[in-house]
Amino acid sequence: MITKSYVITAPEGIHARPATTLIRLAKKYKSIVSLKKEEKVVLLNSMLNILTIGAKGGDTISIIIDGEDETDAALAIDHFFSQELKHL
Amino acid sequence: MKGISASPGIAIGSAYVLTKNKVTSTGTVLKSEDDIAREMDKFNKAVQASVDDIERVKSNASQNLNEDEMDVLDAHIELLTDPQLHGDVLEKIRAERKNAVDAVIQVIGQFIRVFKGMNDAYLIDRAADIKDIGNRILENLSNSREKTPPKFKFNTIVIADEISPSDAIALDMTTVIAFATRIGGKTSHTAILAKSKNLPAVLGCGAALDEIRNDDVIIVDGAKGLVIANPDEKCFEEYAAKFRQYHQENSFMPSLNSAPAQTTDGIKIKLMANISSADDMDDALMYGAEGVGLFRTELLFMNRNSFPTEDEQFQFYYSAALKARGKPVVIRTIDIGGDKPLDYFHLPKEENPFLGYRAIRISLDRKDIFVTQLKAILRASALRNVKAMFPMISGIQELRLAKQILEAAKQQLRESKVDFDERIPVGMMIETPSAAITADLFAQEVDFFSIGTNDLCQYTLAVDRGNEKIKDLYDPYNPAVLRLIRYMIEQARKYHIHVGMCGEFASDPLATVLLLGMGLEEFSMSAVSLPAIKKIINENDYEKAKMICEQVMSMDNSKSIIDYLTACSSK
Repeated sequence: MITKSYVITAPEGIHARPATTLIRLAKKYKSIVSLKKEEKVVLLNSMLNILTIGAKGGDTISIIIDGEDETDAALAIDHFFSQELKHL
Repeated sequence: MKGISASPGIAIGSAYVLTKNKVTSTGTVLKSEDDIAREMDKFNKAVQASVDDIERVKSNASQNLNEDEMDVLDAHIELLTDPQLHGDVLEKIRAERKNAVDAVIQVIGQFIRVFKGMNDAYLIDRAADIKDIGNRILENLSNSREKTPPKFKFNTIVIADEISPSDAIALDMTTVIAFATRIGGKTSHTAILAKSKNLPAVLGCGAALDEIRNDDVIIVDGAKGLVIANPDEKCFEEYAAKFRQYHQENSFMPSLNSAPAQTTDGIKIKLMANISSADDMDDALMYGAEGVGLFRTELLFMNRNSFPTEDEQFQFYYSAALKARGKPVVIRTIDIGGDKPLDYFHLPKEENPFLGYRAIRISLDRKDIFVTQLKAILRASALRNVKAMFPMISGIQELRLAKQILEAAKQQLRESKVDFDERIPVGMMIETPSAAITADLFAQEVDFFSIGTNDLCQYTLAVDRGNEKIKDLYDPYNPAVLRLIRYMIEQARKYHIHVGMCGEFASDPLATVLLLGMGLEEFSMSAVSLPAIKKIINENDYEKAKMICEQVMSMDNSKSIIDYLTACSSK
């Protein structure tokens, strides 16, 4: 299992557009990917759940990845949060 | 009738009342396991049909969808196939023996309530998307979906309960000139749609709209939030006059906001705003700035009793950088001096404050103040769109010292494990003749130049522009100033660093073509000036601008130069 924390750099937070990208990214891997903010944890396959967690710009969230391809998934998600998110 | 003003402008046209088939609860209780299996199957098929609907809209090339519209459709596909939604609906069918229609109405209703109850305008508005996909599933469940969208006549004003996000995309809006809706507010989807299309909209008019019939004459006054149905002659004339006036005043500006600044031969130019606080960011974005070329930080230091703390400064910079939504923001360290005194920071009275203890000279002398400011800027750079800039550098040793102190500030943050941009771009203002003449040396040690023409001009010509008697000598078209500017741009390009201009000269419409011809890549100015400069850039050719520049550089006095540029611009 891999856990990593990120500060959300996109001003609007994880809104519909990045959530769509993130869900589609996570779907490519067999690992189970979840998103944690404070005490709330949701699976990263549901737009409704991701939006309800309400991650805003400046918030710190954690991503938890568990599965056989977790290393690859973590790399892709790392790229998403550090590079792509601010452009979405 | 009165509603909420969601998008300004005046429209006069004929009504098209957009009606929706409403699917209502049935109250059915499923009797057998077969019924349950059948309803689950119906739900799955309706979801698939809904996804297919959207895929059809997406692939329908004739609709010319923009990126935002594609995003909405993609988000809707994710919502339609959301595992949480599916689980909840199937559970209701299985455990509570509801049919598919009732299960969808209830589950969608719950999600809408959750989103509307959230403490965030963006999420509250997402309720409209959830309602939209819910209605789509329901219409597919009851086979009541209109597969062909209505065709609007010219000058149509759409009257509806609300414009759902997918309506906004599927409907052919080319002949629509305004919206009026029963429900919705300033941040609703309809409002965003109307603003993006620059159409007037009045929302939340309530039941009063029910009286409107197709083809009624309608006036929409977006700014006042008024909808007038079948106006009398006097009212009609009054609005016809307002309509003409509004369009004269706003004819070119809004259409320029979203378009990039680009010469007719395809050279892209960055147009940036000069700001003094995060509040200015709203104007900057409204006038189409692609970022901030100069964020003056002095405002935070003025009108108070002590230096702002690192946290106060961080908030000040961070909020502006956040509002810029990923667009670059150049933050300039303090540019204070004898001419702009601070109550709490005693600066000795000087004979020549412009040649005295000011700007970077104070920062390098008072490292405590400088480090605090740099740490605050670095912390804001965690957003990865912040650049740092030093003012009034006159010698390379000053730049090197400033960069050393920046490195020390970084080290302090690293030690306290605070996030910042390790590769924050560092630039300098070029506003002293000494820096301009040695631009080649500086270009090798910074990431960008920003040309400050106001000070450059007064230092180069030895003219105090505040002095009435000699103010005519203050002249940026003096060949000496132009040569310096051209040299700096050439050196920046030679060493492949970015070069912009943030002085007043950048917003002088007469100078635009000349600066283009010199190879300037970025113009930064107060936001209101941007549309006029963008218009000039969009109408001119880079190759021609280079020739104009060559001509200008061969002239020996500013009067000839100004006359020549005036003649070129009136052609």
